Formats: sequence, C-alpha cells, structure tokens
Amino acid sequence: MTESLDQIFVTLKHWLLSGFENLLKWLEVAPPDWLMPLVSMVLSLAPILMVFPALFAITTVLERKGLGRIQNRYGPNRVGPFGFLQFAADGIKAIIKEDLVPRAADKIFHFIAPVILVITAFTVYAVLPFGRNMVAVDLDAGLLFFFAVGAASELAVFMAGWSSRNKYALLGAMRAVAQMVSYEIPLILSSVAVVMITGTLSLTKIVEAQSTHAGLLPDWFVFTPWGFMGFALFMIAANAELNRSPFDLPEGESEIIAGYFIEYSGFKFALFFLSEYLSMFALSGLGITLFLGGWNAPFAVLDFIPSWAWFFAKLLALIFLFIWTRGTLPRLRQDQLMNLAWKFMIPMVLVNLVAAALWHFTGPGWMRWLSSGALVVGAYMLLGKPQFESKDIGKRTYRFAD
Amino acid sequence: MTLPFAIIAVLIVAAASAAMTLRNLVHSALAVAVAFGGLALAYLYLDAQFVGLAQILVYVGAVAILIVFAVLLTRGGEAPEKSIFSATWFWGLLITVAVFATLAWCVMHSFASKREPADKVEVTVKQIGDALMTKFVLPLEVIGLLLTAALIGAVIIAMREEKK
Repeated sequence: MTESLDQIFVTLKHWLLSGFENLLKWLEVAPPDWLMPLVSMVLSLAPILMVFPALFAITTVLERKGLGRIQNRYGPNRVGPFGFLQFAADGIKAIIKEDLVPRAADKIFHFIAPVILVITAFTVYAVLPFGRNMVAVDLDAGLLFFFAVGAASELAVFMAGWSSRNKYALLGAMRAVAQMVSYEIPLILSSVAVVMITGTLSLTKIVEAQSTHAGLLPDWFVFTPWGFMGFALFMIAANAELNRSPFDLPEGESEIIAGYFIEYSGFKFALFFLSEYLSMFALSGLGITLFLGGWNAPFAVLDFIPSWAWFFAKLLALIFLFIWTRGTLPRLRQDQLMNLAWKFMIPMVLVNLVAAALWHFTGPGWMRWLSSGALVVGAYMLLGKPQFESKDIGKRTYRFAD
Repeated sequence: MTLPFAIIAVLIVAAASAAMTLRNLVHSALAVAVAFGGLALAYLYLDAQFVGLAQILVYVGAVAILIVFAVLLTRGGEAPEKSIFSATWFWGLLITVAVFATLAWCVMHSFASKREPADKVEVTVKQIGDALMTKFVLPLEVIGLLLTAALIGAVIIAMREEKK
C-alpha cells in the first residue's frame, strides 16, 4: 500500500504509456522509433508544466496574505473565500491588459527576453528529483546542467533591460546582472562542497547519499557543520540570485520603479513574475536536494508518507522562509550588497570547502565534528561577526497608532 | 553528416556571421552568445556532457555578459551611421579564404584525419575529475595561479587610489 502510494505517479505514467501502445496496436499502426520515447518524455514533462505554475498561483496569494499578516494588514480578501482566488483575478487582468511596447524599443529582443526567462526557469526542473524514481532526465551532470541553464537567464535579464530603451530599465538590468554574477559564485561553490562529499554531480545520487539514518538525526547534509553553513550560504545566495527582498535592488520600486521590466505590461509582465517564482521553486528544490535530504523522510518511522509528499512539504517550508525574509528584512544598499558577496560569502564558501574536505578525510567519529565545526565557526567569527556587529543604536521602542 | 549536426552547424555559422555583420554592437554581442550556445549544443551532440554544459555556464553565463558590459560601458550602444565595413574588405576576404583553404587542406591530409575513429566510450564527470586531479594537475594549478593573479590585478585596478 505504502509502496504503491509512493510510486503512484510513476505507475500512472507507465499505465498511460502502455495504454497508448495498446491503442496503437489496436489501430494497427506501427509506431516509428522516435514516437514512444517522445510520448514518454511528454508524459514526464507535462506534470512539471502543470504543477509548478499552479504552485505559483497559490504562492502569490500565500505571499500576499503572509506579507499582510507581517505588516499588520489583511492582504487580498475580496475574491473568493478569504481572498484565495485572487490569483485568478490577477491572471485574467494580465491577459486582457494592453501589451504596450515602447516605440524606441528593440522589438525583437523586447519580445524574446521574457520568453527566454520562462523557458530557462522551466528547463531546470528537468533534472530535479521530486520523489523516488521521479526525475524527468537523470543526467550524470545534473547539477552542472542546473547551473548552466540558470546562467543563461542573466543574459535574458540584460536583454529585457537594454531593449526597453529606458534608463531605469538599463540601470536595473546592470544592477541585476552585477548582482547575479557576484552571487552565482557562492551559490555554485556552496553546492561544490556536497559534490566533494558525494563524489557525483547526479542529483539522484546526491539524494541517495542522504537516505540513511544514523542515530537520532537523518544523514542529511544540513546536519553537518559544513552542510549547515553551506545551506545558509546557499539560501542567501539563492535569495540574491532571485532578486528578492532584501536583495531586490534591481527592482527597487522606490528608486528605479521596477528595474529591468519597467516597460513590460500585460501578460509579458506576468511572465516575469512567473519566471521569478519558478526559479524560486527550482532553487528551493535544489537546496532541498543538496542539503535537506531530497525526498527522504526525516525519520525511518515516517517512511510511510510518500516521497513526493516530503519533497513538496520541504518546498512549502522553504517558500515560507522566503516570504518571511521578504517581510522582515529591509533592502540592502548597493555597497552593502557587494561587500556581503565579496568580503563575506565568497571567503566563507572557500573555507566551507576546506571544512568539507576535513570532514571527508577525518573519518567517522567526533573528531570530524570538532575539526570541521571549529573551522566553520572560527571563520564565521573572523569574517562575519565584525561585519554584522550592530552599531549601538539604542533600545528599540515601539509606537502604536491610537 | 547527420541532420542534427547540420542544423547545429548552420546555427553556429549563421550566428557567427550575424555577430560580424550586424550594425548594432549589442546585437553582435548577443549573436556571439547564440554562437557560444550552438557550440555547446555541438558538444552535447557529441556526448560530451561536461564540456557542453561548462561551455554554457562559462561562455553564455559569463563571457557573453562580460562582452555586453564592455560594450555598454565604453560606447553608447547606438548603431553607427556609416558603413561598418572597412574599405579593404575585399582583400580581407581574399586573405581569409586563402588561409582557411590552406588550413582545411592541411587538416584533410593530416595524419589525424586518417586515423580510425575510436570506439565510443562513456566518459563520466567522475573520470574527468580524476584526470584533472592526477594527470593534468599541473596545468590545472597553473591556470588557477593565473586566474588568481588576474583577480588580484582586477582588484588593484578597481581600488581607489590613495592621495599622497
């Protein structure tokens, strides 16, 4: 029972595939060689194309409700029960709005920039394992594929900003590209630690490496000194890569209005949002795969819950984390942004690599915890603490409206 | 020659010639990015997963961005008014064709082209990593040193000069 529930989507796919084959046989059509792999691929990809945009719709409402709660207001509360159908209203609005293109804009690039963004955002899902046996393409270099495709989106952001022929758009694009290039280094290097330990770039094998339970805690990499630091750095870098608050300088409503997508309206504007949220889910999924044990259950007793449910539960938890950060932290200044990347994150990930190597070569036992942990904590004390030490600004006081 | 290879080859050549002939420099830079992507496709088509993906990561993700930034920071990105070709383009073309013909002739008659193609081997990323860390560790370290020197040089150039 547990087994079949766990594999329900895999079984469904095989059932549909054999059904299609039988249909062809019944119609007495000999399928060409390329047909069956193609159908199999479509059956693997169609759920991705349906589930994640649906999650996007839900997340927009959850985010606005969550931010509303954090900022002491209601958030959307008019459409549907508790405003939960707001996404439908927003979607219809985006479709029927006029699509304005500036007269001076570079028409071709203005059009393909959001398309490329959405395509790259969708493509990275191909290598993410959502559950046991649930990965669209099990690439040997899956992690590299993820980052390579993600890197292509930077060019799309630049295209959007440059082709709009608007100084705010160009400023936003320059900021976005500078930020994405800077934070890509800690993002990639923090995952390199995992590659060093597991010795593989295949995401399914990385998940398998975390499937055992040793003692109380599962063998997830987040429960090691280097893994914990790596996960923290990964999430910060992911947040910056997504241009989300507190790293939303490229969009900075109060300075450059909306940054690189200022000249987009209607559905193209919605595409920018879609790609941002899809990338958020994808990066969260990668973080889960690398550090949070992928689709593995935290305790052996909980194995009866299907693997895909664990993946999506973790995904929702990380989405909550993103919303929480957005509602809590104020936007950074440009110099603070670059200082954080080059003076803290990059030295820190390099030390983290050494910590991972120590962990690997010390062998099991308390020594590895001590050596690797001491290195990570020491590096943080040296690099991070002096930078983040808050200046004395006095006791915080609250003033409530009467 | 197979059909996928022909498509990829046409894509690369078209993008590369677009990069040369387009009037707007930013368009040229983006065409170069397409050519880089086409090369990556060629590598992937030859089953060289690691090289292909690294090509996208490094060239499309970093080098193309660098070119675009350089163009934007040095000139306005406006299309030039007059012709972008130099007056001696005919002689340039002639020399290029001659050089290409010589190189092509050499390659066609070389020892390497007469060799039997090796059996198809599955190269995993792990094998590449092992080779880099054992057989090719010296070149790797030299490149690392070179890049570190370049990084420090960039920081020195970017640093604000202290007034004496």
